[in-house]
Amino acid sequence: MTTDTQTRKSETPATSQYKPVDGLLLEVEDLRVEFHTEDGVAKAINGVNFDLHEGETLAILGESGSGKSVTAQAIMGILDMPPAVIPGGQIRYCGQDLLTMPEEQRRKTRGPEISMVFQDALSSLNPVFPVGWQIAEMFRKHRGMNKSDSLERAVKLMQRVQIPAAKERVKAYPHQFSGGMRQRIMIAMAIALDPAVLIADEPTTALDVTVQAQIMSLLQELQEERQMGLILITHDLGVVADVADKIAVMYAGRIVERADVFDLYRQPAHPYTKGLLESIPRLDQKGQQLAAIGGLPPNLMRIPAGCAFNPRCRYAQDICREERPELLTVAPGRESACHFAEEVLHG
Amino acid sequence: MTEASTIAVSAETGAAPGGDVQQDKPRSLASDAWRQLKKNPIFWVSVILIALFVLMAVVPQLFTSTDPNEAILQQARERPSLDGPWFGRDIQGYDIYARTIHGARASILVGVFATLSTLIIGTALGIIAGFYGGWIDAIVSRLTDIFFAIPLLLGGILFMSVMPNDQNTPYLVVVGKVVVVLAIFGWPGIARLMRSSVLQVKPNDYVQAARALGASPWRIIRSHVLPNAMAPVIVVSTINLGVYIAVEATLSFLGIGLTPPAVSWGVAISDALVGIRTTPHMLLFPSLFLSLAVLAFIMLGDAIRDAFDPKSR
Repeated sequence: MTTDTQTRKSETPATSQYKPVDGLLLEVEDLRVEFHTEDGVAKAINGVNFDLHEGETLAILGESGSGKSVTAQAIMGILDMPPAVIPGGQIRYCGQDLLTMPEEQRRKTRGPEISMVFQDALSSLNPVFPVGWQIAEMFRKHRGMNKSDSLERAVKLMQRVQIPAAKERVKAYPHQFSGGMRQRIMIAMAIALDPAVLIADEPTTALDVTVQAQIMSLLQELQEERQMGLILITHDLGVVADVADKIAVMYAGRIVERADVFDLYRQPAHPYTKGLLESIPRLDQKGQQLAAIGGLPPNLMRIPAGCAFNPRCRYAQDICREERPELLTVAPGRESACHFAEEVLHG
Repeated sequence: MTEASTIAVSAETGAAPGGDVQQDKPRSLASDAWRQLKKNPIFWVSVILIALFVLMAVVPQLFTSTDPNEAILQQARERPSLDGPWFGRDIQGYDIYARTIHGARASILVGVFATLSTLIIGTALGIIAGFYGGWIDAIVSRLTDIFFAIPLLLGGILFMSVMPNDQNTPYLVVVGKVVVVLAIFGWPGIARLMRSSVLQVKPNDYVQAARALGASPWRIIRSHVLPNAMAPVIVVSTINLGVYIAVEATLSFLGIGLTPPAVSWGVAISDALVGIRTTPHMLLFPSLFLSLAVLAFIMLGDAIRDAFDPKSR
């Protein structure tokens, strides 16, 4: 690993006007996102709060439609507006609110400050240009490098993300690479400008299992090497277990539980998390019925009153149908949005 | 890197690092299409025909040394023969072969420039409408609909009667007017096609990814949307080039396109009508060349479409 560390932070000109205070990179405060459609208003995110520090990995966990990808897109500022509307909240990067920033200034944060890896590497590379050209474009456009220098840097980056024979393959086109290799190229593009924050939106979903582990360990390695803040969005509990420091579980556009990764896996404090953990297939329960959470996630146009999870919850009482539980600290370092968090945690 | 992950990476690519890469030559969509085209005989037939017509347009002297404007009235209506004028003479005593060769220039000029101008206007408006959407799209799309609603011939007659040609109008102005008419009424088709093509490309992840990596809207259009949305427009424009040549002949035939003294196939066909029974060769040769030219471009367009469309392979 010592041979190809030329692309370390120290080598790129650090001209960032953004300086994290006490290592705090990103603060998301009471973020709300709605989609105004012909059928009505879908409330995709309903007040999400979290912080991200340097060198920290936050996993956002949730099933489809829980708002985890929308959160990522809102932070990146790549939501299509309309139909999306952000009626409230702040996303502060190094103290500056991204949502009120002029678009041109915000665009310049994408890439060198905050960057993103997409779910489907098969379709996130432009099919008409060689991969090396696409990586080099980042250096040409943002750093003003010339063609040969930028291509040289692209080769180094491809080596850094462990693409074999990078020098020969720099001129190859995306369709000539396997899925895992394409995701590596996507990662190379995302980290090209040494971003402080990297968002990975289900980076391994489109890949097969053996490749998943490699991509995750590559992301972890790069994150440690560059002390990036990493937001890992996934629905796969297994994927985050080794990599994440903190986990935020989302349901119907809210964070319902937040904890350190070990605490959460050992003792969930929210019935939804508990249900998720119970539905992981286990080797020691061979031949038994797989536990599943009954029912479906709520329609975002008609989120149930009270706790959004109440129709599917085995702990649900009358209070759950009337009063929405706030995300409160239930134990040191543990937060849960459940009226019966204590019982869930200890029972 | 640990040893285990090196092995894992090698397993993933199915080869030792460095091996089996050389024969995997980089292939872009365009070079794939070119490989496909090279194998298509229709492509080569159309290319040879088009090359001939372009040569005729640029240096007609290569094909004939006779002045197309030299009329020998005594020999009017002379029949085609191998040792006389090859295609015979028309009512005015013009050498039909010379006039047909020289007529290519007008057709190629009109076809190329009408195609270029519709391509530029249509592509620009189609991209703007498709990429930005919203009210910009609404305005551009309605504008397209309005121009679609005007019949080409009606519009052409109107335009030419407002700005008529006379004997002293320079050749390029005469040609230019026809190009303008075709451009005004031809761009909506390209704009619509481009818009729908852009709408297909825009939701692709690589466009989103480019945004997330800080590309400006102009960059996204130039390097992500445009190259991926161009294929259908290129195909239709190639076919249109042939169509515009035919339309030019139609307009000239009706007396509203090119007008004498400009030499063109449409004008020649129009002139031939007076003696269609006594001198059929007057009609035959310009019509034959016109059909061949139109056919050549349509065949080329078809070949390119097949090459760009992986499903047709």
